Amino acid sequence: MTVVSLHPAPAAFDQRRTAQALLLLAALLTVGRNVLPEQLVRLPEAMVIPFAHWINAVFAFLRDDLGLMTLTRTFSDVVEFCLDVTANLLYGKARWPRVGPIPWVVIAATAATVGHALGGRRLSVLAGGTFVWIALMGQWQWAMETLSVIVVAAPFSVLLGLALGTLAWRFRAAEQILNPLLNIAQSLPHFAYMIPVVVFIGVGPKAGAIVTIIFSVPPMIRLTLLGLRSVPPEIIESGKMSGATRWQLMTRVRLPAARTELLIGVNQVIMQSLAMVVLASFIGMPGLGQKLLQLLQALKIGLSFEIGLTIVLLAILLDRMSKAWAHRQPVHHATDASWLKRHPHLAAWIVLTVFGFVLSALHPYFTEVERKQALSLAGPIDAGVDALLTVIAPVAEWLRWFLITWVLIPLRDAFLWLPTSAVLVFVAAIGWRVGGRRSALVCLSFAMPIALSGWWDRAMITVYMVTVSVVLAILIGVPLGLIAAAKPKRAERMLLLCDTMQTFPSFIYLIPVIMLFGVNDVAVIAAVVVFATVPILRYTIEGLRGVPPELVEAAEMSGASRGQMLRHVKLPLAVPTLLVGANQSIMFSLFMVIIAAFIGTQDLGQEMQRALSAADVGKGLVLGFAVAFIGLLADHILLTWSRDRVALLSSRSS
Amino acid sequence: MSDQDSVISCHNLWKVFGPGRMPELTPTTTTEDLRASGHIAAVRNVSLSIKRGEMLVVMGLSGSGKSTLVRCFARLLDATSGAVMVEGRDIGAMTEPELIDLRRRKMGMVFQSFGLLPHRTALENVAFPLEMRGQDRSSRIARATEMLSLVGLNGREGYFPRELSGGQQQRVGIARSLAVEPDIWFLDEPFSALDPLIRREMQDEFLRLKAMVAKTIVFITHDFDEAIRLADRIAIMKDGAVEQCDTPERIVMAPATGYVAKFTSAIDRARVVRAGALARPSRGQSVDGAALPAQATLHEIARQVVSDPRPHLPVTAADGGFLGLMDRAEALDIILGPAA
Repeated sequence: MTVVSLHPAPAAFDQRRTAQALLLLAALLTVGRNVLPEQLVRLPEAMVIPFAHWINAVFAFLRDDLGLMTLTRTFSDVVEFCLDVTANLLYGKARWPRVGPIPWVVIAATAATVGHALGGRRLSVLAGGTFVWIALMGQWQWAMETLSVIVVAAPFSVLLGLALGTLAWRFRAAEQILNPLLNIAQSLPHFAYMIPVVVFIGVGPKAGAIVTIIFSVPPMIRLTLLGLRSVPPEIIESGKMSGATRWQLMTRVRLPAARTELLIGVNQVIMQSLAMVVLASFIGMPGLGQKLLQLLQALKIGLSFEIGLTIVLLAILLDRMSKAWAHRQPVHHATDASWLKRHPHLAAWIVLTVFGFVLSALHPYFTEVERKQALSLAGPIDAGVDALLTVIAPVAEWLRWFLITWVLIPLRDAFLWLPTSAVLVFVAAIGWRVGGRRSALVCLSFAMPIALSGWWDRAMITVYMVTVSVVLAILIGVPLGLIAAAKPKRAERMLLLCDTMQTFPSFIYLIPVIMLFGVNDVAVIAAVVVFATVPILRYTIEGLRGVPPELVEAAEMSGASRGQMLRHVKLPLAVPTLLVGANQSIMFSLFMVIIAAFIGTQDLGQEMQRALSAADVGKGLVLGFAVAFIGLLADHILLTWSRDRVALLSSRSS
Repeated sequence: MSDQDSVISCHNLWKVFGPGRMPELTPTTTTEDLRASGHIAAVRNVSLSIKRGEMLVVMGLSGSGKSTLVRCFARLLDATSGAVMVEGRDIGAMTEPELIDLRRRKMGMVFQSFGLLPHRTALENVAFPLEMRGQDRSSRIARATEMLSLVGLNGREGYFPRELSGGQQQRVGIARSLAVEPDIWFLDEPFSALDPLIRREMQDEFLRLKAMVAKTIVFITHDFDEAIRLADRIAIMKDGAVEQCDTPERIVMAPATGYVAKFTSAIDRARVVRAGALARPSRGQSVDGAALPAQATLHEIARQVVSDPRPHLPVTAADGGFLGLMDRAEALDIILGPAA
C-alpha cells in the first residue's frame, strides 16, 4: 500500500486541476450553446458512422457466405429435440417420447421432495405449494412451457460456462479475450441478444431457448474461473502428492473442491434463464411471459397479477432451491444404517410418485386442471384495485401531472438541449478526476461511439431516465438503509427482502406501476426507481454493517453521538460500498428502462424494440452497444472511485 | 556424507520468485542484489543431505523459506537453480509420469491446514492416493480402514472433514500420507494449526508412529521446542539460507551464528543437553560412586547433580561402559544458569 502523505500528492493535485479545467470548459460550452457552431452542438449527419450497415454486412457474410447458418441450425436442432422431449413430458406436446404429460400431482410431489432434501420442511412446502398453486389456478400449460425451456437451457449454459471458464483458467490468453467480452455481455440489454437470434434462428420456443442459453452463460464462466482459482493451494498440493495426474487433479480435486462456487454459478444461470425466458415472449416464446405481456397490454390487472405471482413464486423457489444445493454440506450416515435410512428422500419420492400416478388414473383432475375448473383471484383483485384506485386516483393523478409537467419534461428538455461537445468534455472531466488521463480516455472511448452512431438524442433520453431514477432511488434507498441498519435484526430482515426482490424478473415490477399510473413515463420511472432502490438499499446496509466494530467502539469511547458516529465514522467508511451499490443501481435502471420501452418511451429501448420487430441486427446491436457503453462508462467511473477510496482507507488504517 | 547413503540431498539450491528473467545466481548473490531486480529469494543457496531413516527438522520463522524448501524437495515447486536428488535421481529432470510415479510409491506429505478434500469422507480421503494409482476398491478400503485405526480414528470412517475436530482432521491427513507406505515423509508444520494441548498430544502420537514406521522424515516447524523434542538433526533457516544444520545439542551448545544463538538463548538447555555430551575423558582420574546414564538430559538428572557433592561425576554409556567424567560446575551452570 502506498503511503498517503498529509498533503495531496502532486499527481492527485494535477488530476484535480485538469479535471476542474475540463469542467470549466464543459460549463462554457453549455452556457455558450446559442453561439456555438452547429457542429459542436450536434454531430453533423455527414460524420455519423454507419456502424449498423457494417454490422449487417458482417452478419450477412457470416450467414450467407460462411455458412454459419448450417452450424447454428445444427445446434438449434439439438436444442429443439431436447425442448420437444421436455415439452412432451411437462405438458404433453405431441412429440417423442409421447409419454407425457406427467400428472401435475407427480410434479408437485417431486418438487416437494427435492425441496425437503435440499432445505427441509419450509422449502418443501414452498416447492409443493408453488406447483399446486400453478395447477389450481389453471396456469399449468403456460408455466410448463416456461419451465421446459429453463430445464433445457440451464444445463446447456452450465456446460458451456464450465468449458469456457476452465479454458480461461487454463490459458491466460483465453482469459484476456473473454474478460472484456464478458464485461460487455453483462451490460448488454436483453433485447440486444434477441435480435441476432431472431435473424439466425427465427422466433418461437427454440429461439427463446437459445437466447436464454447465450444470455445466462457469462456468470457461469465467471464463477467457474473464480471457483477454480479459489481452491486452497494445500488441497491441490495434497492431490499432487497423492500422485494425481492432471486429469485426476481436475476432475477429482479441483472441480469438487470448487463445488460451492460452481453451484452458485448454476444458481445464477437459473435466475438469468428465468429472467430471459419471461422476456423472450417478445420473440414469440410462449409461456408465462407471453401471457403476462398480453394481459398487461390489455390492462387486465387481476389476471396479470395472478401470473406475476406465479413468476415470483417460481423465482423464489428456483433461487432458494439452487442456493440450498450450493450451501448443502455432506453429512455422514451411521455405518450400519439401512437403505431406507440412507435414502429417505428417494424412498419418499417413489411412494409419492406411485400414489400420484394412481390418483391421476382415478380422476383426470389430477392430471391436468381444465381452465374452466381453475380457481381465479382476478375478480376480487380487480375489485380491490379499483377500490384502491378510486381512493388514491386523485393523488396519483396529481403526482403524475406534477412529475410530468414540472420535473420530467423540463429535465428531458434540458438533457436534450445540452451540446454534445459539452457532454463529452464533462465525461472526460469526470474521468480525469477519478483516474487521470487513462480514465478520461476510457470514458471518452465509451461516450464517443454513441455520438458517432447517430443515436445521441435517444441515448440522452435514456440517460435522463436513468439519472432521474437513480437519484430518486438514492434518495429513497440510503435513508431506508440507514433506518434498517440501526438494528441488526431489522437489517437482517431487510437484506432478506432485498435478496428476494432481486430474484424477481424485472418484468414483474411493471405490474403494480401500470396498475397505479397507467401507461406513461411516470410508470416507467416508478418501475425503474423501485427496481434500482433494491441494490442501493442493500449496499447501504452492508456498507454500514461492514464498519469494523472496534472503530465503532473507539468512536463510542470518544463520546461520539449517534449523528456524529454516522457522519464521521460510519458513512465515510461505507462510501466504497455505497459506490458499488450506486453502480449496480445504474446497471439495473438501464436494463429496466430498456425493458419498459414497450410501455412507450422515446429512448434507445423503443428503437431497440423496433429493430427487434424488423429483425434489424445492425441497428439492434448498435443500440445495444450504446446502452452497454453508457453502463460501462458509469461502471468505470464508480468502481475506479470506489477502489481509490478503499485504497485510501486501508492505507490510513494500516 | 556422500550422496550414496543419502535419501534426499540438494546442492546450491535456489528458489527465487519474481517477474521476468532471473539474475545470475552465485553463492555470493545477496538478498539485496535480488531485491534490486524485483525478485525475492525464498531459498538461498541451500545444500543439505538427509540419511535414510533420519529425521531432519527444518526450523525457522515464517517467511524464512522452510515451506518453500520442502516443496522443492517434493517438486511441488521447481527449483530456480541447483539440484534436488531423491534416492540418487535428479528430481528436477524427471518427466511428469516419472514424478507422479515417484509420489505414488515413495512420498507422503502432511499439510499445515490439512489439505483434506471437503467432499470426501475420512475413509475416502485416506484412500485417495491409492485410488490415484488405480488400486482396486476393496483393497484400498481395507488399507484405508487399517490406516485410520492406526491413527486412532476407528468409527469415524464415514465422517466428512468438516465434522471432525482439527486434531482429528490432521490424523486423517497423517493416515492419508502414510497410506501408500512411502519411504519419504514430509510434514509441513503439521501441528501449527492446532491448539497447544492437542499439539502436545499429536507430537506424542507422531513419536509413536515414527517409531513404528521407520521412514526418512523432513519435518517443518516454526516452534523451536517442537524441533528439539522431535529432531535427530535441526536445520535453522533465516531469509532462505540455512544458518546451521546440526544435532539439537550442538545447536544449543555451539550456535554457529548470532542468529542461532539468539534463538536458542531462551531455551532451557538442561532439557536438551544430555549427560554424555558433557563427559570428558577421565585422564586416569577415577571417581567412585553412582554413575549417570549418558542419554539422560541434565533436566532429568538435575536433582542428582545438585545434591551430589563430588566435583566430577562419572557417566556411563547405554551399554553400561564407562564414558567419562562430567564437570559438576559446568553441569550446574547449564541447569541453573551461569553464576551471576
